[in-house]
Amino acid sequence: MVELLFWPALLGYGEAALAYANARTSRAATWGVRVGWLAQTALLGVQAARTDGFPWSSWAGSLNLFVWLVVSAYLIWGCRPRYRLLGLTVMPLAVALFVVARVGGGTQAGHSSSYGNLFLVLHVGFVLAAFAGFTLAAALSGLYIWQERRLKRRASDVLLLRMPPLGSLERLSRRTIAVAVPMLTLGLIAGFVRLRTDGDSIDALEVMTVLTWLGYGAFLVVRPTGRNAAYAALGGFVLVIVLRLALSGSHFA
Amino acid sequence: MTLSLVGLSHRVAPVELRERVTLDRDAAATLARSLGDAVCLSTCNRTELYFDGASDVQAIASLEELAGESLDGVLYRRLEEDAALHLFRVAAGLDSLVPGEGEILGQVRAAFEAVSCGPLLDHVFSQALSVGKRVRTETAIGESPASVSSAAAALAAQVFGDLAGRRVLLIGAGRIGELAAQNLASRGAEIAFVANRTVETAKELTVRFGGRPLALDRAASVLGEVDVVVSSTGAPDPVLFAADIPERRHRPLFLIDIAVPRDLDAAIARIDGCFLYDIDDLEAVVSETLAGRRVEAERAEELVAEETLRFQAWRASLEVVPAIASLRARAEEIRSAELAKLNGRVTDAERRTLESVTAQIMNKLLHLPTVRMKEAAIGADGAAYADAVRYLFGLEEER
Repeated sequence: MVELLFWPALLGYGEAALAYANARTSRAATWGVRVGWLAQTALLGVQAARTDGFPWSSWAGSLNLFVWLVVSAYLIWGCRPRYRLLGLTVMPLAVALFVVARVGGGTQAGHSSSYGNLFLVLHVGFVLAAFAGFTLAAALSGLYIWQERRLKRRASDVLLLRMPPLGSLERLSRRTIAVAVPMLTLGLIAGFVRLRTDGDSIDALEVMTVLTWLGYGAFLVVRPTGRNAAYAALGGFVLVIVLRLALSGSHFA
Repeated sequence: MTLSLVGLSHRVAPVELRERVTLDRDAAATLARSLGDAVCLSTCNRTELYFDGASDVQAIASLEELAGESLDGVLYRRLEEDAALHLFRVAAGLDSLVPGEGEILGQVRAAFEAVSCGPLLDHVFSQALSVGKRVRTETAIGESPASVSSAAAALAAQVFGDLAGRRVLLIGAGRIGELAAQNLASRGAEIAFVANRTVETAKELTVRFGGRPLALDRAASVLGEVDVVVSSTGAPDPVLFAADIPERRHRPLFLIDIAVPRDLDAAIARIDGCFLYDIDDLEAVVSETLAGRRVEAERAEELVAEETLRFQAWRASLEVVPAIASLRARAEEIRSAELAKLNGRVTDAERRTLESVTAQIMNKLLHLPTVRMKEAAIGADGAAYADAVRYLFGLEEER
């Protein structure tokens, strides 16, 4: 059953990643995202039903959930014709990570953790949702920098590619971060409560996560604008990548 | 029924001739009514008469009367599918001076709604309106700007998004500058200041656009209060320099310099958050987007061709529909007559069963010939098949 759901999800996302390359096929791409997302949602549902405990606590499992969250955020914010280039950025990344999740066994059923379900749902769920938001904000910021440069350089084809206005990209990126930071806060709180209960000490990964939280928190307080805001969001995303890679160490071991 | 078109347009007639045959909406409707079942589409670029009838003598005479001269060599005439194809291209904006312009669709609608048409014109105009809408939604032909002034407004929207509430400083009273200001205002921007060498002229412009009049040398003092600057003076030297731009904390400033020689110091473009476009930049953007329009126009032509085929199929089906109706009526007549012979010999329940069974047999027998005739109608054989059916089933006398 899990096998049956993985392939349609990958096919949907893959079709979207290719179809977003051409404006004429962007509608088909949007349907690919929707179909793929439905199949992956069902896949996660089956994993949850067949696993005794929280099924996405492993590195590969969390990657599977992360891909679903990124695509969900994209479906909510950016799945519109003008955001075709955002799809072209997000969907190939989603396909690549989804394949990595499968190779690492994260799309299988039956994997579980010794940690309690509620803790994992709160901690892993919120942190991954926040990371998905930061990923989308970084993609939006990348687009902002690219389009701003084209406008500054007075590219003659600047109106040919249907792009969202700079103002919209900046606003959307800021809003996404504003939603993601409280999620990261909740995820961190859950983690620290658990840490205190177990009497464990803080590891390097947790320190990095706190630094990331501080970085994005400062972003919301300082409210940088224009290119500065875009570079700040991309800088924060570098920390997210480091954290994702560090998770391959055994944070939950 | 025959769909005919007679008309002239910017492609074949000079403006001196077109202006003589251009009619307002009421006059166009009156002319259409004088021709019987007709629609008159009259804009600054074309005057066309679409009518149901094979003879175009009266339509040509009407146009020549308006022109006051013979229109031989200028008028074009189209029949049936060719006329429909022409109308669909017109409604899609493909026959316009600027491919994809959107105003023509409203003009086609107005011409159609000004008169009451018979079934042929009603169908072809309804389909033309739907073709126009389809082309606009399924292609990007109408989205890119076609003039320097509209490109300036589109670029400003690319920076700010919604222009509602954005404040504009208009410097100088150049014609293209005014058009750019008009375009910005039509997108919701507010003309906050008008600066000119003579304040009196600035005041005249504020009557039209609103805002506060300023002397030219005070333009730099309000740069902190605006989001867009449009400059088109005849000044020989720049009127704004990079040093005039105040600290804006990355709040973007979009500057359009339409003047030659240029009004705005080129060094402004290097300031963070400042986007400076001069007339050459804008013309390059327009020429690129017009090229983009041509690509979209190819897609639009495909849609129009598809719709013309649909019209063709509809027209062809009209030829076989009477034959199909006669055939079914004849079959029903025979069935009813045979059932009538059973009156008093069967019970009500038996009668209902017989009615149901005979109706089913009749429908099954006639289903395939009906489908085949409709299929043949789409090709060229519709009339021949219809005649054959009439002959074989003795329906000729009903024609």
